[in-house]
Amino acid sequence: MLRRRLNRLFGRDERRVDSRTIYVGHRPCPATDAFIPPKFCDNRIVSSKYTVWNFLPKNLFEQFRRIANFYFLIIFLVQVIVDTPTSPVTSGLPLFFVITVTAIKQGYEDWLRHKADNEVNKYLVTVLEDGRRARKESEKIKVGDVVEVVEDETFPCDLILLQSSREDETCFVTTASLDGESNHKTHYTVPDTEKGLESLSATVECEQPQPDLYKFVGRMHIYKNDQEPAVRSLGPENLLLKGATLKNTQKIYGVAVYSGMETKMALNYQGKSQKRSVVEKSINAFLLVYLCILVSKALVCTTLKYVWQSQPGQEEPWYNQKTQKEKDANLYLNMFTDFLSFMVLFNFIIPVSMYVTVEMQKFLGSFFISWDKDFFDPEIQEGALVNTSDLNEELGQVEYVFTDKTGTLTQNSMEFIECCIDGFQYKNRDSSTELDGFCVTDGPVSMLQQKAGREEEELFLRALCLCHTVQVKESTGQEDGVGDQVDGVLGLDGEMVHPAELRGFIASSPDEVALVKGAMKYGFTFLGMESKNMRVMNRDKDVETYELLHVLNFDPVRRRMSVIVRSKCGDIMLFCKGADSSIFPRVRQEEVDRIRMHVERNATEGYRTLCVAYKLLSSEEYAQADAGLREARLALDDREAKLMAVYNQVETGMSLIGATAVEDRLQEEAAETMEALQRAGMKVWVLTGDKMETAKSTCYACRLFQRGTELLELTVRTLEDGGRRREERLHEVLLDYHKRSVQDPPPVKTRVTRSWTSAKQDYGFIIDGATLSLLFNSSPDSSHYKSLFLQICQNCTTVLCCRMAPLQKAQIVNMVKNSKGSPITLSIGDGANDVSMILEAHIGIGIKGKEGRQAVRNSDYAIPKLKHLKKLLLGHGHLYYVRIAHLVQYFFYKNLCFILPQFLYQFFCGSSQQPLYDAAYLTMYNICFTSMPILAYSLLEQHICMEVLMSNATLYRDVAKNAMLRWSPFLYWTLLGVYQGLLFFFGVRFLFSNPALQDNGQVFGNWSYGTIVFTVLVFTVTLKLAMDTRHWTWINHFVIWGSLAFYMFFSFFWGGIIWPFLRQQRLYFVFANMLRSVSAWLVIILLVLLSLLPEILLLVLRKPRWPHSRQPSEDRLLQTSRSLPSRPCPTST
Amino acid sequence: MMASSYNAKEEDRHQPGATGHVGSGTMTNKMPDNTAFKQQRLPAWQPILTAGTVLPAFFVIGLLFIPIGVGLFVTSNNIKEFEIDYTGVDMSSPCYSCSQSYSWNNTKSCTCSVPFSLDQPFESNVFMYYGLSNFYQNHRRYVKSRDDSQLNGDKTSLQSPSKECEPYRSSDKPIAPCGAIANSLFNDTLELYYIDPNGSRTAIPLVKKGIAWWTDKHVKFRNPSGNNNLTVVFQGTSKPVNWRKPVFELDPSDSDNNGFINEDFIVWMRTAALPTFRKLYRIIQKKPNNMTPTLPRGEYILEVTYNYPVRSFDGRKRMILSAISWMGGKNPFLGIAYITVGSVCFCLGLVLLSIHYRYGKRNSADISS
Repeated sequence: MLRRRLNRLFGRDERRVDSRTIYVGHRPCPATDAFIPPKFCDNRIVSSKYTVWNFLPKNLFEQFRRIANFYFLIIFLVQVIVDTPTSPVTSGLPLFFVITVTAIKQGYEDWLRHKADNEVNKYLVTVLEDGRRARKESEKIKVGDVVEVVEDETFPCDLILLQSSREDETCFVTTASLDGESNHKTHYTVPDTEKGLESLSATVECEQPQPDLYKFVGRMHIYKNDQEPAVRSLGPENLLLKGATLKNTQKIYGVAVYSGMETKMALNYQGKSQKRSVVEKSINAFLLVYLCILVSKALVCTTLKYVWQSQPGQEEPWYNQKTQKEKDANLYLNMFTDFLSFMVLFNFIIPVSMYVTVEMQKFLGSFFISWDKDFFDPEIQEGALVNTSDLNEELGQVEYVFTDKTGTLTQNSMEFIECCIDGFQYKNRDSSTELDGFCVTDGPVSMLQQKAGREEEELFLRALCLCHTVQVKESTGQEDGVGDQVDGVLGLDGEMVHPAELRGFIASSPDEVALVKGAMKYGFTFLGMESKNMRVMNRDKDVETYELLHVLNFDPVRRRMSVIVRSKCGDIMLFCKGADSSIFPRVRQEEVDRIRMHVERNATEGYRTLCVAYKLLSSEEYAQADAGLREARLALDDREAKLMAVYNQVETGMSLIGATAVEDRLQEEAAETMEALQRAGMKVWVLTGDKMETAKSTCYACRLFQRGTELLELTVRTLEDGGRRREERLHEVLLDYHKRSVQDPPPVKTRVTRSWTSAKQDYGFIIDGATLSLLFNSSPDSSHYKSLFLQICQNCTTVLCCRMAPLQKAQIVNMVKNSKGSPITLSIGDGANDVSMILEAHIGIGIKGKEGRQAVRNSDYAIPKLKHLKKLLLGHGHLYYVRIAHLVQYFFYKNLCFILPQFLYQFFCGSSQQPLYDAAYLTMYNICFTSMPILAYSLLEQHICMEVLMSNATLYRDVAKNAMLRWSPFLYWTLLGVYQGLLFFFGVRFLFSNPALQDNGQVFGNWSYGTIVFTVLVFTVTLKLAMDTRHWTWINHFVIWGSLAFYMFFSFFWGGIIWPFLRQQRLYFVFANMLRSVSAWLVIILLVLLSLLPEILLLVLRKPRWPHSRQPSEDRLLQTSRSLPSRPCPTST
Repeated sequence: MMASSYNAKEEDRHQPGATGHVGSGTMTNKMPDNTAFKQQRLPAWQPILTAGTVLPAFFVIGLLFIPIGVGLFVTSNNIKEFEIDYTGVDMSSPCYSCSQSYSWNNTKSCTCSVPFSLDQPFESNVFMYYGLSNFYQNHRRYVKSRDDSQLNGDKTSLQSPSKECEPYRSSDKPIAPCGAIANSLFNDTLELYYIDPNGSRTAIPLVKKGIAWWTDKHVKFRNPSGNNNLTVVFQGTSKPVNWRKPVFELDPSDSDNNGFINEDFIVWMRTAALPTFRKLYRIIQKKPNNMTPTLPRGEYILEVTYNYPVRSFDGRKRMILSAISWMGGKNPFLGIAYITVGSVCFCLGLVLLSIHYRYGKRNSADISS
């Protein structure tokens, strides 16, 4: 406070202080001294990266910041500067192509952004200037301007709502373009801003811009004719965000507080951090190996060259004199340029085209996910959404799945099941047939034989009707209904608002609607709000009115919410509902015991339970609470904490009146999906904010816990058992569990046992938030505990973490992510509280559920339903992984056997950097001759049918742990490349021991040599891919045979013409002459066959790739279907 | 690159420009097309390589390759080839003195006669090659040292040869043909005489045409046009430094074999792949109506005009007489390779068959049950 005052006195440095002061309408305020208009940024939105002037340099700079591009640039420059064996064109052309295409694409995107920016910046808005309305371009709005916005317009900047055309001083907005939530949200005008905006003299003091859409604190000083300035607190409910749209309100006036790039929307588009896939890491590792190979090759050749040259008569024989310049050059400089030349000659071993192909594969491949109609959900009319294409293959590598419970495993559509008033159970008849020994159902809306007193019943039902933030849907004309305040969050998980269109009730969380509807069944109907009065129709069809004094909002830490109302007769009551753990300590203990049993029983049945308590406030108590609340609401900093303190103070000494049970049904196929994931070797962790019993029952329902699963519990309850200090107990329990799960048991690890249902003991681990924070924060042994905990968890099939705060979810994910072996983690969730873990995990999956769009927005992939996860991982993920892994290995392989003959040739040409292949071949090899088949393969290959992959979850384990990109497969591919390279070169070398290969006795020269090697190479490499292709669509056929045909055609064409403007006609008729030689044909056939022989052999010796991991029944089915030589893929899932 | 743009696109959706409702998922709002391609359900042929399908292939390959190999081997063995080294390294060698006394300035050429005898007659056409060893025609500096447009008859290139020809680009006038390759044209003259049993020498007619690729001779190499008199055409150019006579006197007797289209020259210009190579020199054609062999058994003399120095780089010169079959010159490599690969395939086939028979039975029993 003091600092701010000081700052205000000295300098007004708005940048450094943590609040800013805005003069509404730029009018100086009487209270302040000299009016110095503060400087804020203008309202221009600049989302474009480039301008016309800086596009070229900036874009080029950004492109060459990629290591690969930079490497190729260096190679190109070396070729330009140094006299190298291959012309700069060979590497310059592909690089130029890649750079140009990227630049054009980025330029186009930026142009679109410019267009969009302009549309926004030039948009005409109405601004009140000295009482007159003036049209201005949006970009000219200054902070402090009073802006008029009419219906269906977007807000041009962040505004504080001053005046609305609606009578209740609210306005409705939709933030669809901000967070995707299409419901209407209510925003409130600042109280007491007079109707006459022209003469309003006020200052707004608010925090500096920050990106959190749902947070805003500020206050407004309103100066009225020399009166003491009135101070009003400002919250998010007063702030209209740029990008949101005004709905159902004719027009509003607001004062601009944040403008341009400082608006919350602009601050939110800073982009999330780039996630990189493991495959990319593997590529980089392989690249390093190849770089080493490249450098050592160049070194060997340079050394050889100078050794060879040192022999008499070799360096400069009479027939091959150097130029004067070459003679004069410094020896060491020569060595260096020779080294560079060799680097250039062999640089094709690291192909620029691989990057292009990988990017293309990822980009195009991701379309298959969004195209998949199995992901289409008719309910929301949407399919899957791919936000990043970088992680496709990562989907096939998942080891840990972190799932949210509410909305993800369960449907989050709530149904009121029963309630318990004063220890007596009330249940709907239709929802249950089983009778509890101690309570009986009876009548659709009536009670059991043993009833609680009518008074208690009514009090309880009133509480249900009053303690909520539900709104009744307004009459016609509003398709979506009215949501609630932005921060009016309620829901046991702290999940965000969304509309639930049930019987016209709109609420932030479905629980609330379920409760209100539940109360309705028992005769108490909530009729809605009338200004500040809540109207409730009681059983006698009388309308009771209660004045709503305060709403003590829900938050996930308190896990409860309260309302303070004043009844007609003047009684001030506080109703509170919340999780049992947060209510029980705040009520009288004797009441707890009566209800606890019900609550726990309900929880084990998988219901969500809430306890309801109430308290009668005396007027003094209320006055005190009211003052506290008002003060806290006005606080500028730490408002949350202060509010919390007041809330906690008010919500004490209540009396418990009952509990409710609400059923949250499981998602479709939730159990099957979870089972499949587990069978695929993934470990499923459930991270939920829900209470343990509920979560546990959900786990049982999802078959995550099986009957035989031994549960290891580490919760506050287990820790309190011993009656000792928690830390000691924690230590003890941890060691005990560790012994049981890690040291003692499994002689066989999960990875080894294919039969996952075997007799091996399954362990499930349960931990709650409090214990977890104890675990993480208990100072000295924290890391030791953590590793113990991790080890236990890693040996459990399922881990359940309940009562998690969003941040703790991320903590858990982070811990697993960074554990030994850095396993690939996947988080799936649907609500705002899952965003942190979605962002933290390697792959974040959002469910397009009922809880808004935040999870979807922050996710890498979004799917409509949980059941789609199975196909996404087991089907798409597996295939993408296999595809890209093969792509990468193949690329390295094909370039190794491309360059190896070139290297070997150096031993036969005096290490003179003479290229074996013609420049055209060098350039085209990666671009044209061999690029398309692998691209087609990497997009279309299904080595196993999608259906088989999905029905045999265990197949997923075959590619687990980056199986196809580890060092041993890499070594295999490399050896294959070396073998083939050697074969190509020496096969032709022996043929050329007599270069008279034609039947007319004429001889072949060095270009024929290169062309034969190259032909063998192209055919081998393409046929190798053909052999690996298990799924031949017409595209594969077209591309593979087309590539070979194109090679033939190109070679004829290239050698068939005397090319004008070229001084060298090296290949003139070389190819055609080669084809005239029977020996050349024979050697090509021989070498192609011989180089593929080991591959064929391996194919035969290795039993058909996967069957051992299949279940026998399916195995047989598969074998029979596979024994037919060709068959179309079954077309049903 | 692509991926980053993809992200950018995603950002675009939430652009400030999203004045209206560009809402998330506009593109997925509709039901995805149910096409086979988009659903990854294109009809596909799924070959399964199993022992059953591959085994016959092994046998087929074996059965095909072994006869081919045998054929190749026999053909290659039947090709008669005679090779004689006339470098003159040994004191005893007839060309010793020529090889010793060699200097470029020598205007008088040194000749030597190398006697040899053929044990077996050559029946069909005989191809006469010269062979060089340790001669790096594939050295990079050497390979690029030529100007194909000059050789193609381009007049501008004739007057200003490519820079690649340095240091054989110009002496005082531009050199035609320029470059190291042309400069080092093989200029030994080889003549063959048959010594009749009675002692008289008969010159064996050597055909010097048809030794170069047809396309080279007729398309790639061309004399500068404009005048039939090559002396005029090549005016303003000088001969390569190591040549004794200018390019238009390579074969004054035959205008169709003179200048750039001289076949000896064209053959030389096709740079060899390896440091030890042979190049076609002459063809000895079978007498059309005669039953006598082209080269009968007996004594011969090779008359060498020794112009070409190879001792300085430890090289060797050879003269090779070889018959040619459909597969080209004598080279046992292909035959042996084919036989080896064929028999390896066959053996593998047998091994695999036994494996398949022993272990595969269980599998097939599995399947059929």
